[in-house]
Amino acid sequence: MNNLIKGKKYDWEMVIGIEVHAQVKSNSKLFSSSSTKFGSPPNSQVSLVDAAMPGMLPVINKYCVEQAVKSGVGLNAKINNYSVFDRKNYFYADLPQGYQISQYKFPIVGEGKVTIDFKDGSSKDIRIVRLHLEQDAGKSLHDQNPSKTYVDLNRSGVALMEIVSEPDIRSPDEAGMYIAKIRSILMYLNTCDGNMQEGSLRADVNISVRKPNEDYGTRCEIKNLNSIKFIKQAINYEAKRQIEILESGGSIEQNTMLFNTSTGKTRPMRNKEEAHDYRYFPDPDLLPLEISNQDIEKIKSTIPELPDKLKNKFINIYNLSNYDASILTADKQTSDYFNETIKSDPELKKSSKIVVNWITSELFSLLNKNDLELISSPVSPKNLGQLVKLISTNEISGKIAKDVLEEMFSSKKSAREIVDYKGLKQVTDQGEIEKVIDEVITDNPKMVQEYLGGKDKLLGFFVGQVMKKTKGKANPKILNDILIRKLS
Amino acid sequence: MKINKNTINKIARLSRIKLDDQESEDYIKDLNLILDWVDQLNEVNTDKVEPLSNISSSILPKRDDVSKDINSSEEILENAPDKLEGFFAVPKVVE
Amino acid sequence: MMFKSLKNTIQSLEKNEISIKELSQEYIKNIKEKSTLNIFIHFDEQKILNQVEILEKDKSKKKLKGIPLAIKDLFCTKDMPTTAASKILENFKPSYESFVTQKLLDCGAIFVGKTNLDEFAMGSATDTSYFGNTINPLSKDGEPLAPGGSSGGSAAAVAANLCLGATGTDTGGSIRQPASFCGVVGIKPTYGLCSRWGIAAFASSLDQAGVFTNNTEDASILLESIAGFDERDSTSANIEIPNYFKNLNHDVVGKTIGIPKEYTIDGTPEEISRIWEEAIKVLEKNGAKIKNISLPHTKYALPTYYIIAPAEASSNLARYDGVKYGYRSSEIDSLDEMYENTRGQGFGKEVKRRILIGTYVLSAGYYDAYYLKAQKVRKLIANDFNEAFKECDLIVTPTAPSSAFPLNQEQDDPIKMYLNDVFTVPASLAGLPGISIPFGKDKNNLPLGIQILGKHFDEQQVFNTALSLEKSYE
Ligand SMILES: [Mg+2]
Ligand SMILES: [Zn+2]
Repeated sequence: MNNLIKGKKYDWEMVIGIEVHAQVKSNSKLFSSSSTKFGSPPNSQVSLVDAAMPGMLPVINKYCVEQAVKSGVGLNAKINNYSVFDRKNYFYADLPQGYQISQYKFPIVGEGKVTIDFKDGSSKDIRIVRLHLEQDAGKSLHDQNPSKTYVDLNRSGVALMEIVSEPDIRSPDEAGMYIAKIRSILMYLNTCDGNMQEGSLRADVNISVRKPNEDYGTRCEIKNLNSIKFIKQAINYEAKRQIEILESGGSIEQNTMLFNTSTGKTRPMRNKEEAHDYRYFPDPDLLPLEISNQDIEKIKSTIPELPDKLKNKFINIYNLSNYDASILTADKQTSDYFNETIKSDPELKKSSKIVVNWITSELFSLLNKNDLELISSPVSPKNLGQLVKLISTNEISGKIAKDVLEEMFSSKKSAREIVDYKGLKQVTDQGEIEKVIDEVITDNPKMVQEYLGGKDKLLGFFVGQVMKKTKGKANPKILNDILIRKLS
Repeated sequence: MKINKNTINKIARLSRIKLDDQESEDYIKDLNLILDWVDQLNEVNTDKVEPLSNISSSILPKRDDVSKDINSSEEILENAPDKLEGFFAVPKVVE
Repeated sequence: MMFKSLKNTIQSLEKNEISIKELSQEYIKNIKEKSTLNIFIHFDEQKILNQVEILEKDKSKKKLKGIPLAIKDLFCTKDMPTTAASKILENFKPSYESFVTQKLLDCGAIFVGKTNLDEFAMGSATDTSYFGNTINPLSKDGEPLAPGGSSGGSAAAVAANLCLGATGTDTGGSIRQPASFCGVVGIKPTYGLCSRWGIAAFASSLDQAGVFTNNTEDASILLESIAGFDERDSTSANIEIPNYFKNLNHDVVGKTIGIPKEYTIDGTPEEISRIWEEAIKVLEKNGAKIKNISLPHTKYALPTYYIIAPAEASSNLARYDGVKYGYRSSEIDSLDEMYENTRGQGFGKEVKRRILIGTYVLSAGYYDAYYLKAQKVRKLIANDFNEAFKECDLIVTPTAPSSAFPLNQEQDDPIKMYLNDVFTVPASLAGLPGISIPFGKDKNNLPLGIQILGKHFDEQQVFNTALSLEKSYE
């Protein structure tokens, strides 16, 4: 795939590596028993440990460890039998201990990879360097008071998985697909709720540009992006900024950047920290984390079918394209919906492509318009299956089916009910259609003359007239055949 | 001399400790003494030695994932030098 | 003074020979009389009387019911402020009770107050406290002596009979050395025996709570009251705690006592070598086998300790930043200024020195040369003990290289002060249990201490050996 972008003078290639911070789905925090619930009143979910009171000590959450192992398996990664929690020391108002407990030299999960799928049917592996467990910081609010920053420690100590990629990503689209894929895998595994708006999944993007085949350039890190749209915008802006500097003879300063979501621009953090020196060392309050192969196998046995495997299954069983199958398996809701739909009637297996189209285009656009998630769709998989069957057996036309779907969406009635009640069943009776065609020919002698004189385009006019008289119910194929025969 | 004015400034900054000039000078002297003294560890061959972080030989205990909110925000904020509207308050930070 | 034994006092209380109230009043009187020694950071007579009132109404049987104890002000306590002897924690009122002090309260003990210490337990003379020096009760007229440190207040409180026992913490000798200086018994158990939960941390991989008492029996009673597994401390040992007192036995027949040759150090006063030899003779006479052993890396223990402890401290003390609790400077135009002024003004000289050195040895480019190197040497020191304990059951050494020294010795070389811990630090690095018991006097009639080290979790034999020495000494 050619991802080169044009500068004023040269072509450039983006080199992107991403650190995803995914909040572990758990009831309590990584090293304390406070709740992880989102949106509670400030400082209401803070234990003595989270507030770093003197003499407080961390005790690890077993489930969070299992969640990290599961996620590692989902990322096709090596699970390390031995890992170590380190302290990352720095001062910040929302970091109560003055250090973050993280994993540095020995992470719980090692090298892995995820695959992203392109529209043209090709795919690409993005290598994962590692996944490690760490604590989240609290939250600083800078705009609540003119002279003060407010600190809420509710999030302090919540378990995060930091997933670090190799710089294998080459475009904003790939970055978006990579994030979507990570999110999808974690959601299948139920190890992260994937809610980017609530900050359950955030990304730090490292980006540099280079001329093709040259060495990596100096990179900048854009911090804390919480939507795929912003990630793409930020990358685009930052790449252009770097290219402009380089093309005018300047050089890139390695910097930590913030992305302004309203201007769409990146800027260096104003509060420039001196060269980071985190003084990592093993946390003496904790012992090394050891996981036996037996434990790993036990955790593996609880893992559901993951998107890549499901995708291949869909391709094989339902004869779908790689791209269609990857869209269907992008999230568990969609793959579950597809599965239920196609299994609602054995006949539908033959019409798998139609099922995919009706889910991913028509139903999705209705859901979008109504701001609904698939999980709360008023059209059940069974009802959608029925609709597709009506289409594939020629009982209704595709055009009418769109109206029926809309009606199903608003009335929650089944497709069959609507078609019967409104008499929308397609007219396939040859005699009936021929009768209407004869009427149309008789009523428009002038047009018939012109058509026979060579004005082929008028065929559409006759079709339209017949459809109008049959309220769109005439089977288009039968209509066409008879019309052409009559007019020849 | 391992520690000079620059190093002491750097580590004081990392430690977030303000030192006046006299203190800086004293600590430059002390730290150099101490570092020269600990240099005797270089006499020890540690080539194949595993570092020891914690003497405990047991395995890391793990707790179950049960959430309890035992501490009220009042309790957590009780000792705070500055608190407003249920938050800890610090001088304004410009990012 | 009539009540010097915790064990006897428990019996007197049970037999109603004395009431909890009478006992407490005696100790309140003593505390007030000795107030110039500056032993307590926090003392509140009314709070003691309140505890007495509650206990007098309480009819249940409790092991330490009514026994007056002093608590090192490093343990967080709900009903008394906790300062760690630092300005930075002035007025800090924990909403929680440390594991150790809660156990004592559950046993019905009365806390007479919070004792003075070196700021954040960093020191060997209880002279780095924000609240001033503690004076050793054994001081002669005209020359105030240091009680040792960092748990100097607790050792002094027991020595001055202001309580029947006290808690301390020992990171590199902070129980054993002041016990030696004040002529009392002090035990630092195996790392992990007592939970660290609720004790302001100095160096997490070394900190261990322990007790001071007037004799070995009392120490065994008090230690078993504070020991035990705590699921809130990941380094707490999940073991059955023996009944040290019940199993106490002064018989050392057939035990092998190791005498490490490396503990003979140039410049150690002659009288220290003398009492050490005497102790060896006594044990031999009592039936123990004496064996010369070697702990080859002993020499490197102090420099190792003075890398590891400050490194951990630099991180442990990062939480004192003026945000959540404690002191905040008034010069706070920005967040960084708030941090730097709060910590610059809130910490004392020794604490800042250790934070700086700890920050340096962890910083980029120096970690391997200092911190990692020290961790490796620590491993060698721990191995030395493992090897030694294949040949012997216990190790006997002097506790400190001197008796109590005069207060206010202007120390312009920090290393000289650090050398106080030369005999205690190796066992700390190895996490071993160690007791110091008074044994002999120097030429000024000041007490000297003998240290007995045991295998991990073998506190029982440490107590037994101490008792054997103690009985012969009396
Ligand atoms: Mg990052
Ligand atoms: Zn991170």
